[in-house]
Amino acid sequence: MRTLRYQRPEGVEAAVSAVNATPGARYLGGGTNLVDLMKLGVETPDLLVDVSGLPHHDIEELPGGGVRIGAAVRNSDLAADPLVRTRYPVVSQALLAGASDQLRNVATVGGNLLQRTRCLYFQDAGKPCNKRAPGTGCPAIEGVHRNLAILGASPHCVATHPSDLAVALAALDAQVLVEGGTGPREIPLTELHRLPGDRPERDTVLEHGDLITHVRLPAAPEAVNSAYRKARDRASFAFALSSVGAALEVRDGLVHRVRLALGGVAPKPWRARAAEERLRGAPATPEAFTRAVEAELSVAEPLRDNAFKVPLTRHLAVRVLCDLAGRAGGPR
Amino acid sequence: MDSRLLTSAVTLRVNGTVHRLTLDNRSTLLDTLREDLDLTGAKKGCDHGQCGSCTVLVDGRRVNCCLLLTVACDGSEITTVEGLSDGWSLHPVQEAFLARDAFQCGYCTPGQVCSAVGALREMAEGRPSAVTVGTEPPSGAAEIRERMSGNLCRCAAYPNIVRAVGDAAERAAEWWERTP
Ligand SMILES: Cc1cc2nc3c(=O)[nH]c(=O)nc-3n(C[C@H](O)[C@H](O)[C@H](O)COP(=O)(O)OP(=O)(O)OC[C@H]3O[C@@H](n4cnc5c(N)ncnc54)[C@H](O)[C@@H]3O)c2cc1C
Ligand code: SF4
Ligand code: FES
Ligand code: FES
Repeated sequence: MRTLRYQRPEGVEAAVSAVNATPGARYLGGGTNLVDLMKLGVETPDLLVDVSGLPHHDIEELPGGGVRIGAAVRNSDLAADPLVRTRYPVVSQALLAGASDQLRNVATVGGNLLQRTRCLYFQDAGKPCNKRAPGTGCPAIEGVHRNLAILGASPHCVATHPSDLAVALAALDAQVLVEGGTGPREIPLTELHRLPGDRPERDTVLEHGDLITHVRLPAAPEAVNSAYRKARDRASFAFALSSVGAALEVRDGLVHRVRLALGGVAPKPWRARAAEERLRGAPATPEAFTRAVEAELSVAEPLRDNAFKVPLTRHLAVRVLCDLAGRAGGPR
Repeated sequence: MDSRLLTSAVTLRVNGTVHRLTLDNRSTLLDTLREDLDLTGAKKGCDHGQCGSCTVLVDGRRVNCCLLLTVACDGSEITTVEGLSDGWSLHPVQEAFLARDAFQCGYCTPGQVCSAVGALREMAEGRPSAVTVGTEPPSGAAEIRERMSGNLCRCAAYPNIVRAVGDAAERAAEWWERTP
């Protein structure tokens, strides 16, 4: 690890100007991803600006029914929050499906969204990798890619985004509140992360110095009936092979409102808009759910060793929608 | 660069004793405990947050201290496995591990014990896990397995670890007062 300076800024302004002034600076949340990557030599900051003590620790109900979550709220506290558990169960369930209690007790909301891919080549500073060292190539395309993307990848990078929380937030149309020195701005969560294209080194649309201060969940009555489900290699404490966050409201047997997002299958949390469009007004049946999810996955381009993710994702999504529709049937 | 900027003065209260240290900013809490404070209970299994053998309690919550920078813990109250027992009088979770033979080589055990103490507190507070149904108070073996899933055991002593934590949970009321 490289030697480094460490600062606890007085407030948001001081934090942002410290990072803006130092090209090698990074914000430190809980450090569960950044410190790991520093040990691996993947991240080599010379200044850490610790934002875990900034006044972003609250989960507040907003007039009109939404909720505003501070970026420094610990993952475990967000998962246990009564308001979030009742109004947006998909958020609580996504968090509890990720990492371990020890990690969730430390990890912050801001850091969770900006965690880097778990692609093995990215984490090995001795290997080529376009995301870590632009222009060196992508060994994963021919190599170990069982856990990598089937949607949205490019010939330059096939990594997946590992966050479970981000999948739930994508389904809910969450907004990310950012302070970058020129005043606050809001970015829809679905537009925070980028597809790799020919710039896989840029995970998100954020610029150096941009600080996430809050995440805002808009009011979504259907989110009361929402859920997160994740398939992984172990029963617990493993990253997603595939995951689904969904919310559903059925009226008179027809889909009235639906939200669907997929995780572990793409470089960003994947909002399944094609499936949602087909579902609105359709009968809430396993057959209709299957057709809609198949439509979403028709653009999948699996690699040699991850084609299993296509049926896995279909089964998972149909299962979650069936559960939310309160019916039996559908694949097991 | 002024090398003083690369170190920080840190105050930690570890197992009830206050320590004032000047540390390289890169130090992890695991290395500080083991190398600077001679508290070798917390183990370095993976050093990457993947095994739980470094689990300690920071301000009452269990954490993997291999991924925590010590400088970020300035002012914190830390309890390691050494701080759970009171001389020869063991913490009830430790007693339960002994009674149930919940280990083989013992390498993961300090982390398992600290994690169990944290888990029982989280359950008592009504914090949910991935297998908690509704708002029922969490209990039972499935809950324990899920909540202890951040602690790997290379010897696979899992069945007895679950039983030990279960025993300790049943006795939670009587020892709750003592738990830091
Ligand atoms: C063994 C292991 C298993 C895991 N399993 C899962 C899993 O199954 N699912 C899952 O979703 N996650 C998993 N994780 C990842 C974990 O959720 C993340 O490490 C954690 O959420 C990151 O949060 P943090 O606060 O520690 O971030 P940090 O490590 O502090 O920061 C991460 C990045 O975000 C930046 N950053 C932090 N805060 C801000 C801010 N407010 N504004 C701007 N930038 C910021 C940092 O500069 C850094 O680049 C796992 C991690 C480990 C080690
Ligand atoms: S998939 Fe992306 S992160 Fe993995 S090796 Fe290729 S370029 Fe690097
Ligand atoms: S040594 Fe910290 S989790 Fe393995
Ligand atoms: S007892 Fe040997 S690793 Fe758990």
